[in-house]
Amino acid sequence: MEALELARWQFGITTVYHYFFVPITIGLSLLVAILQTAWMRTRNPEWLRLTKFFGKLFTINFALGLVTGIVQEFQFGMNWSDYSRFVGDIFGAPLAIEALLAFFLESTFLGLWIFGWGRIPEKLHAACMWLIHIGTVLSAYFILAANSFMQHPVGYVNNPETGRAELTDFWAVMTNPVQLVTFPHVITAAWMTGGGFMLAIALWHVWRQKTPAADKPMYRKAATIGAIAVLVGGLGTAISGDLQGKVMTEVQPMKMAAAEALYDSVPEGVGAPFSIITVGTLDGQHEVWAITVPKLLSYLSTGTLDGAVEGINDLQAEYEITYAGNELTEQDDYRPIIPITYWTFRLMMGFGFAAMGIAALALFWLWKGKPMEHRLWYWGAVAVMFLPLIANSWGWIFTEMGRQPWLVFGLMGTSSGVSPGTTVAEVATTMIGFTVLYGVLAVIEVGLIIRYTRAGAPPYDGESLDPQDRSDDQPFVFSY
Amino acid sequence: MELTTIWFILIAVLWIGYFVLEGFDFGVGALFPVLGRGKDGETRKRVMLSTIGPVWDGNEVWLLTAGGATFAAFPHWYATLFSGFYLPLFIILVALIVRALGFDYRGKVDSDVWRKRWDWCIFLGSVVPAVLWGVAFTNIVRGVPIDADMEYTGGFFTLLNPVALLGGLVTLGLFVTHGAMFLALKTDGQIRHDARALAVRVGVVSAVLAVIWLVIIHWSTGTAVSWVVAALAAVALLAALAKARQGSEGWAFTGTFVAIALAVASLFIALFPDVMPSSTDPAFSLTTTNAASTDYTLTIMTWVAVLFVPIVLLYTSFTYWTFRKRVSGHHIPAVDTPGDDHEDEQVVTPQP
Ligand code: HDD
Ligand code: HEM
Ligand code: HEM
Repeated sequence: MEALELARWQFGITTVYHYFFVPITIGLSLLVAILQTAWMRTRNPEWLRLTKFFGKLFTINFALGLVTGIVQEFQFGMNWSDYSRFVGDIFGAPLAIEALLAFFLESTFLGLWIFGWGRIPEKLHAACMWLIHIGTVLSAYFILAANSFMQHPVGYVNNPETGRAELTDFWAVMTNPVQLVTFPHVITAAWMTGGGFMLAIALWHVWRQKTPAADKPMYRKAATIGAIAVLVGGLGTAISGDLQGKVMTEVQPMKMAAAEALYDSVPEGVGAPFSIITVGTLDGQHEVWAITVPKLLSYLSTGTLDGAVEGINDLQAEYEITYAGNELTEQDDYRPIIPITYWTFRLMMGFGFAAMGIAALALFWLWKGKPMEHRLWYWGAVAVMFLPLIANSWGWIFTEMGRQPWLVFGLMGTSSGVSPGTTVAEVATTMIGFTVLYGVLAVIEVGLIIRYTRAGAPPYDGESLDPQDRSDDQPFVFSY
Repeated sequence: MELTTIWFILIAVLWIGYFVLEGFDFGVGALFPVLGRGKDGETRKRVMLSTIGPVWDGNEVWLLTAGGATFAAFPHWYATLFSGFYLPLFIILVALIVRALGFDYRGKVDSDVWRKRWDWCIFLGSVVPAVLWGVAFTNIVRGVPIDADMEYTGGFFTLLNPVALLGGLVTLGLFVTHGAMFLALKTDGQIRHDARALAVRVGVVSAVLAVIWLVIIHWSTGTAVSWVVAALAAVALLAALAKARQGSEGWAFTGTFVAIALAVASLFIALFPDVMPSSTDPAFSLTTTNAASTDYTLTIMTWVAVLFVPIVLLYTSFTYWTFRKRVSGHHIPAVDTPGDDHEDEQVVTPQP
């Protein structure tokens, strides 16, 4: 293997791994903030117990999101130094701003939240969790703006003198049309993920016999909130995803065509079908057999039932002419790996819809007040934890692999961005190192989540949490 | 002043912030096996962790911001540095990962084996970066082989030259001293006295090494200003040790804080206007001008910094203020982790 391939694998593995923790952090910080606000408003101890229970799980998850994020921050320089040189003028700014605006906020207020129980005024303590959530959303905005630039570069000029892309309009980068649809999609997908997490754990307690009967109403409440988050988030992802499809057809038609395995263009007035299953020839050039929904693809990508949609083969021919003669852009093959784009796109949607289905069913039973004793609920709980999480991974793999062979669409091919100086041995070392380390960490993390999930919500002992009522000498309640 | 110069200073400030803050976290972690020994070792360790618990994560963000700001303001610096110092950086990243998880996960399972493993992670995760940052900065300032395309052409072992290793020992020594001063300031009881005594002992050795190291560096690349700043760093360190002996911990900690800040500042002053000098040919050096972003980008970044850095400083200070009290053994509650032996029945009664 070459350094390029290893670097790509490494980026893929570490980012997808980082993104297991990210949507849980974004979604769960919102839900925990809501739980804590409910406690402040109603003084019902159930809300406090749930806040502490999910708050603990939140901190366990956050820790891994944090440490894997650090790797991401430095990886651009380590493995993609030519890329960093080429776009640094544009790409570095959102990263730096993200650290300044978001990471300081998240980490400082998480410290205050964990150690602040009973030490800072209650309202301020609840505000901390809201500030953490705001930090995660800001973080998502800036990093996605950086990513959107790679999907659809805007607000720059190519400077032949310095041989790099240079920023001309920061606002354009921040309001990239791709960004404007990606951000809501990612945030609502995070609501689904956080909601699925809460729903799963609460449902499991509702279902489990060992959980004290007195606690079951409490878990039902949590399950209801989780289910609502999955459904609202699901609606949001579907709407924003639909908008993304339209933007994508405009700015990255090849990705849309690849997502659909649409080999030949469909002209205006005919209406392209949406494929449920397409089988292509092995070299990925022709369609052999397909089951389709008529005209749906035209609708998804253009908003009309008979809009024109370009096919893979025509685009390839077009790009061969457009991008010739420049060493950064000229490539033999402008097609992403079609089976991957095709299937990940469907799996993303499929897993999302499946999660929504379970959530809708759960909500129905919860409102009916039914006991939920059937063993299927146990498996439903396990599934709804992972479905949105993995849908997120499919979504990213689709977006990023669909962008290939471009690193920055139309500006720089992936092979031009890799660090020229690093050796295969070096990249292999870090690649194996991170993979093994991440594997071990996954086992530890899952073990901890299971342990704390089983332990259930801590009991309420009626003690006041307001610092005025306590002596200054009290212990660190949540201390390490 | 040129925007590129302003950003050079800002990046220096970010690194200084990182080293003075995370420096004491590293010190506390490195002292884990030393000050956390004895019959009441477990309580001592938890006291030590509680002193940095609320702040270490915020301290680490200084590094992330320094990295991001370098990327934004001097992309070539970011690219050459991180692709060139590839393996040391990888080791630092692994160390930071296991250290952070040690802080967070150590108390989450009530088992000696579990805790012992994370203790190792905290210890190594603190010592290794404390050494490697010194190695890295010595190399940055003294120059490394860089070719005409701004690519680093040395290997891993090029970086492990004697002066750089001395630099590693110096940063380790300074951070341990700084961490011990911090513990003396933030704890009470026996551990406070132990930390103070240790700070003085380690501090003397570090001071000697630091002076040798600073002289070597400034001898080859220093300017009049960098010599003065380095000398002031040495004075601050000696003053800190004197104050520690007298028992005024606040001043002693301020002393190591200032000493580290000035020592790092002297490195950046010696570096300017280069950002990564080339030992192959001075003409290949990366400078604040040839490594920089456009003025437009730097202007935007300047506005962002002017608007938001004060806010960050404000709430960071608030955290330190909130947790200003000393921590001692009786502040540490009994372990509150869920049942250890996978028995579901075991009822858990964590603190509220
Ligand atoms: C859509 C959101 C999103 C995406 C696409 C990414 N991240 Fe992330 N990142 C977050 C959302 C987030 C977060 C929610 O803010 C995290 C997750 C858990 C956490 O601690 O904060 C985080 C943590 C986190 C941290 C640690 C912050 C701290 O110390 O508090 C760093 C340095 C990064 N990320 C950097 C990156 C980079 C360089 C990425 C691009 C490859 C990236 N993240 C993708
Ligand atoms: C967290 C969500 C993300 C996931 C899951 C993700 C996933 C992936 C995957 C799977 C690849 C490998 C593609 C391939 O090699 O064929 C990749 C490549 C890449 N992604 Fe992303 N990505 C994410 C976010 C980002 C963001 C936010 C950025 C930029 C700020 C980014 C920048 C890159 C770069 C530079 C590569 C280069 C490697 C390559 O193209 O092979 N990614 N990503
Ligand atoms: C009807 C349902 C959905 C549609 C139509 C849809 C559509 C899309 C499209 C078109 C993209 C690619 C955007 C681009 O590359 O420019 C995308 C990406 C993505 N999707 Fe979905 N999606 C749906 C459901 C979901 C669900 C349920 C999740 C997760 C819970 C999800 C998570 C993601 C993520 C994380 C990305 C990558 C980031 C991005 O580009 O936004 N999507 N989706």
